Formats: sequence, structure tokens, C-alpha cells
Amino acid sequence: MLAYYFELALRSLRRNKALTALMVLAIALGIGASMTTLTVLHVLSGDPLPGRSNTLYAPQLDPRDMTGYRPRAEPLDQVTWIDGMNLLQAKRADRQALMTGGSVAIQPAQSALDPFYQTARYTTADFFPMFGVPFRYGHAWGASEDAASAAVVVISSKLNDKLFGGRDSTGRIMRLENHALRIIGVLGDWRPNPHFYDLNVKNYGADEGVYLPLSTSQDLHLAHLGGADCWGNGGNDATHTAPCVWLQFWVQLDTPAKAAAYRQFLVHYSQEQKTLGRFQRPPNVRLRNLMQWLDYERVVPGDVQLQSWLALGFLLVCLVNTVGLMLAKFLRRSAELGVRRALGASRRALFSQLLVEAGVVGLAGGLGGLLLAYLGLWLVRRQPADYAPLAHLDGAMLLMTLLLAVGASLLAGVLPAWRACRVTPGLQLKSN
Amino acid sequence: MSLHPVISALRRHKAGVVLIVLQIALTLAIVCNAIFLIQQRIERASRPTGAVEDGLIRISQTWFGAPSGDDAAAIEKLDAMQRADLATLRALPDVQDAAASTSMPLQGMIYSGNLSLNPQQSGLNVTAAYYYGDERLRPTLGVRLVAGRDFKVDEILHHGISGDAVSPVVIVSQPVADKLFPQGDALGKTIYQDGKPAAIVGIVERLQTPTTQAWGSSWDYNSVLEPVRLDGASASYALRARPGREQAVMREARKALLAVNPLRVMPESWGIQSLSQIRAKIYRADHAMALLMTVICVILLGVTAAGIVGLTSFWVGQRRKQIGVRRALGARKADIVRYFQVENLLIAGVGVVLGALLAALLNLWLMAHYAMPRLPPAYLLVGVLAVLALGQFAVWGPARRASHVPPVVATRAT
Repeated sequence: MLAYYFELALRSLRRNKALTALMVLAIALGIGASMTTLTVLHVLSGDPLPGRSNTLYAPQLDPRDMTGYRPRAEPLDQVTWIDGMNLLQAKRADRQALMTGGSVAIQPAQSALDPFYQTARYTTADFFPMFGVPFRYGHAWGASEDAASAAVVVISSKLNDKLFGGRDSTGRIMRLENHALRIIGVLGDWRPNPHFYDLNVKNYGADEGVYLPLSTSQDLHLAHLGGADCWGNGGNDATHTAPCVWLQFWVQLDTPAKAAAYRQFLVHYSQEQKTLGRFQRPPNVRLRNLMQWLDYERVVPGDVQLQSWLALGFLLVCLVNTVGLMLAKFLRRSAELGVRRALGASRRALFSQLLVEAGVVGLAGGLGGLLLAYLGLWLVRRQPADYAPLAHLDGAMLLMTLLLAVGASLLAGVLPAWRACRVTPGLQLKSN
Repeated sequence: MSLHPVISALRRHKAGVVLIVLQIALTLAIVCNAIFLIQQRIERASRPTGAVEDGLIRISQTWFGAPSGDDAAAIEKLDAMQRADLATLRALPDVQDAAASTSMPLQGMIYSGNLSLNPQQSGLNVTAAYYYGDERLRPTLGVRLVAGRDFKVDEILHHGISGDAVSPVVIVSQPVADKLFPQGDALGKTIYQDGKPAAIVGIVERLQTPTTQAWGSSWDYNSVLEPVRLDGASASYALRARPGREQAVMREARKALLAVNPLRVMPESWGIQSLSQIRAKIYRADHAMALLMTVICVILLGVTAAGIVGLTSFWVGQRRKQIGVRRALGARKADIVRYFQVENLLIAGVGVVLGALLAALLNLWLMAHYAMPRLPPAYLLVGVLAVLALGQFAVWGPARRASHVPPVVATRAT
């Protein structure tokens, strides 16, 4: 039966090519625009560490003085050196890491390569197991290397390709800002997007090539890269004593109970620091998990959201347009439908026949939309934004495109089909 | 011509009429707001920085093996390296002027702080960007001095990036002067930069901050020129090329600096760039957004016009008989055309009223969520007129076809 309806639909669609083309084009444009923007939105608001994100938390404290104090204002996004070290050494979480961004000059041993700058991450050891960082060669450093400010470094696979042609480089020495560091590990493919653990560097597409112990980076006076938020008069730089927040602190808390306990710990810590005179404000802490953190930091660019809304509005207009055109198309066939009714077809049969026709239009529009979405995403990738290279259609979005197109056009077909199959069989026969 | 027959005919096509009204309303709402957004973006991307942009070049570079640390010897060594670079750049034949300059409008690298009228920083507080540089910075940028004087050579300090010595004299931009001293008597007054005093010796007309990010948008023209060469492993310079020699200066400067000291990083992508390149790069996203909005608007109007053509054609087909009767009873072709035009005007009229309402609601929502300003009524008016004109344009084809229906149709069975 369905095959017969399908054939009828094709025949009917062929009969009025201009109208059919218009409907297919409208759906294709609407779907293409929506899927392009929704794919970008989907990629940008994705979970950077699926399976782990609900146990990772970003503790926030408020170490500022009373200047500009407002009750219930949000605390700072980063931590000071002193607070970071205190929280790190308290070891109240299952895992914890204190880190910051940096930029280092690398002098390759090969004379063919000019010296170049590489963004770096200075962090304590838990960073790797906590974030589940994969290793291609070697391993991460441990607490003992942190304590000893060991001259060790872990590099990204991209940097390893560039410097060592992708071969196992562990054990080799890398010259970095005139210091010799031993490579102990090469990362596997690891580029979490958004760059959740430090949104001061770049939200998307951050490309850290070098990871080394935070203590080592401080001993070697390596340059800090990222935001530093300062207050008061005690200097304005990323130093150990300045009243500035410039480090990121992340903890892993495996159960909600542990998270609640850790929150309490942060309040106690703030109170204690206030008693000591270091903090002046009343305890003001937050403990957001990874996805809440991304939401709070508004990592998804406003423009991308705006474009998605615009595209959905555009799709809506295209659908209204399609409803109108289908109405015209179906009503024009009243005579044919009347004959089928008179020959015994039920209203339900007519209705499904017309919906099949709407579905065929939707499928064609969906395929057209898919092509347009590929074109749209190609255009997005040519944009200069950080996130541009990430805009790719995945399997889920591909399926969703077709479902959305067919679903939308079926929905658009309901009213016209319902109107058209109300035709009274006798009347149509008589007028012929 | 009476509207009565038009309206009673429309009553028989409720679904179709409602659909066209809805489509016109949505189109108007989206197009009005999109065009307003396009205008906002274009306006934002064409704001003047206050500097004479043509011929202005920024050099950002980092020395390898530069002394690290904050001790006096290291600072002096770094300052000597910076002065040697500047002397080399000033000696280039195509260079009109050169200055030490940490920041450049639009470029992104920014130092900022809080200005107030007392050391406790209570009361009036103004956020501003600090442009560290030497006495040639103001003339090199080409920023217009409207009051006071330039820095003198002996006022130029130098210290490390984390040094907290503050110059006793500063030049501020007009918006800073106006905000701190609304009476207009800023010149010669003392302000406190993050709690440390400095006298205003000059006022420049306009100088945009180096950031175009949202967090800096509420103080985008609050700038302070600081007579300080910042000494670090990285140093940046501003160059003013002689007219028409911008490209030549960019090539010569690279060669000359590498001749002074080859151990430095000055990549093609951000090492040496003209302000026009910086401007193009920083506003690319805005231009892309404006282009996207324009394309969407054009397609949207096209789809709506096509929808009107489609439905009206259908109605014409349905009413061939009536049209034939009217023609047989003496209606001229022009009368038939006018009938469909009036019909379209009625439908579109309802559509634009609804659409204007929707546009205002959409604007309110955008204001609440995406910091859009209020939609000026002129946009609505132009949008309404444009959509009405579009409707008339779209209905023209089907209406003409309708007018060609011969009167003899009235006498046929179907």
C-alpha cells in the first residue's frame, strides 16, 4: 500500500514541477541553515570529558578586599598562589590539581627548525589521571617530581610529530628557554573542547604542546600566559605574593556527598583565612561541576546562539510557506481525491496518501538541506573563530537533519491533508 | 472599488489567508531585527580608533636568551636592547616616527586599571586602558592632542613589567577627563591610578582601548598614555610610515631588526602588522555575521515572495470561473489586476501589523538576552513598507495571468 502511495506521490509531484521545487527548496534552505547553526552549537556546547565531567569541580573563593564589595556577588574564577597551594596541600578531594597557562620558547636540536613559541601548561601531577589524559609514549610525572621541581616535560603528539617525526621521544632532552628538560611522556590524541580547565587562554581549539610541573615552571621563571585579576596595591602580576588570582584549581569528587563536604571545607577555609586576616569578605564560595562551570562562564559565543535562533526562525517561515503551498497543491486535487473517495477509499487512506506525499517532499528537502549544511559548515570552517575547525557534522546530527526534515514536512502536511480529505465524494463527481 | 467582495472572498480561504499573514508577520519580525543587527555590526566595525590608521604599524617581538628576572641589571640590559631597536627603526628611510608601545588600539594586548580621585579609590571609579610608551608614542599613533602638552624626554621612565613605580604625569583621553572631571577642568588635576597619584598634563581627543571584547565595551574609549618603557623579554613598537610606504616599512623593519639581533621571534602572523590588517582581523567575525544576516534576509524575502506567488496562483486557478463572469459583465483587465492587488494589500496589511508587534517582542527578547539596543521605529516603518511592496511585487505575476482569463470562460461548464 505504502509503495502505491509513494508512486502516487511521485506522480503528483512531477505534475507540478515548479510548485514541488519551491517546496523542496524552502525545506532544504530552512533545514540547511538550521542544521549548520545547530551543529556549531552542538559542537560548542558539548561535554569535553564525557563520563568524567560530573565528578570534576572548579572551587571558587573570594580573597578580595572590601573595595567594591557587594553581597551575593560571584567570587573570582581563579585562585591566588597561596590559596591554590593551601587547597592543594589540604588534599581534601579525591584528586586535585593546581595549574596555569604559559608560553615557552623551544629551541629544537635540529638546525632545520627555527626556535618557536609554544603554549604550555604548568600543572601539578593529578592533572593527567584526573582528566583521563591518554599517553602514546611514556607516562606522566608524580607527586615526587612535583616536590623536587624535576626538570621533566610531557609533550603533545603534535609537538612530538614536529620535533621527532612522531617517534618515541621519551628520555630525550628538550631545550626550553635555555633549560634542558627530559621528555618523560608523549600524549595521545587529547584536545578537550571547550578548553574547560583554563578559559583565559582560548575557549576552543587551544593547542598546548608542553606540560611541565608547576613547581619547575616557577623555579625556572617561565612566562605566565593567561588572565591575572588583581586588587589592592600589592603589585599586579602573576607572582606568589601579589593579591592576584592567576591559577586554576580543579578537584575530582566522586560522590555528591563528597562534593557537599568539600563545599563545607571551602567555607571553613574562607572563615579560617578571614580570622587570619588574609580574607576580608565573608565566606563566598562556589563549587560548580564542569558543565555548570561552562554554563556559568558562557563559553558558547552569543553570536552562535543568535545564529541558531535566527536559523530556527528562518526554518519556521519556510515551514509556514510549505504548509501554504501544500494546501494549494492538495486542494487543487479535490477532483481526483473525490473520485478516489467515490471509488471506496476511506478518509484515513486519503489522509495517509497525502502525508506520504508530504514525507517525500520532506525527504527530498532533507537531502537538499544536508548538502546545504555541508556547504554551510565548510563556510563556517573558513571563518577565523577559534571554534571554526571543530564545525563538523557527526552521525547523530546527520540523522537528526533527516528526521527534522521529514518530521517538519509531515507536520506541515497535516493541516493541508486534513483539509483536502474532507472532500465530499458526490459533489466532486457531479461537477465533473 | 468596494472592499466588501474582496473580504467575503477571503472568508472562503481562511487557512490560506492565515498562512500568508503568519508568513509575512514572521518575515517582517525577523528581517527588521536582522537588518538592525547588521547595522549595529557594521557601525561597530567602522568606529574610528582615534589614531591615524593609514601608515600605522605594530611590531611585537620577543628576544631569545633575554635576561630573565627582575633585578636592576636585567632591566637595564632589556631597556638598552629596546632603545637599540628603536634607534634602528627611526633610522629607516621610510619611517617617519617610531615609539615604544605596549599596546595598540584593537590589537588585544591590554593593560588596564582603575582611576579615581583619591588614594582610597572610594567614590568615582573609572576603568581605563594603560598605553605604556615613550615620548614619541602620541605623535606616532597620530592621536590628536586637544589640551596640555606631550611628555618630555626626561619624563620617560622605564621599569620591568611587574614593577609598580607609577609615573607622576599622564595624558588621558577626553572621555576619561570628562568622566572624572565633569566640569571640564581636568588638565593639571591629580588622579589616582590604582591608588597612586599622577597629574594630567595632556588630553587627547580620542583613543580606543586595545580590546573589542564585550567585557571592555563599557569603557571602550577610556585610555591613559603612560610615559613608561616597559622592559621585558618581549617588547613592542609603533611605527609611522611615510605616506604610501607602509608595505616597504614592514619589510625593511623586519630585516633591520633581525640585523640588530637575530635571536628573536617575530612571526609573520602577528610579529609585524599594519593597523589596517589588525582591524580587518579583529572585525572579521562582525563582517561575517553581517553577511550571514544579509543572506538570510534576502532568502527569507525570496521564500515569502515565492509563497505569495504560489498561493495567489492557486486562488487564480480556483477562481477562473468568477473572473470570467466578472470579465463578461464588463470588468476590464485592469480591474481584475486591481482586485488581486487590493486583496494582497489587505492580507499583507494584517500581516505587517502582526509582524510589527512580533518584531517589537523579538527585539525585547534580544535586548534581554543578547544586549541589543532598542529597535528604532524607523526600521519598523521601512520594513513594513518593504514587505508591502514585496507583496505587491509578488502578486503582480499571478494577477496579470488572472486578467488574461477570457470572458468566454463564464459560459463553459468548468
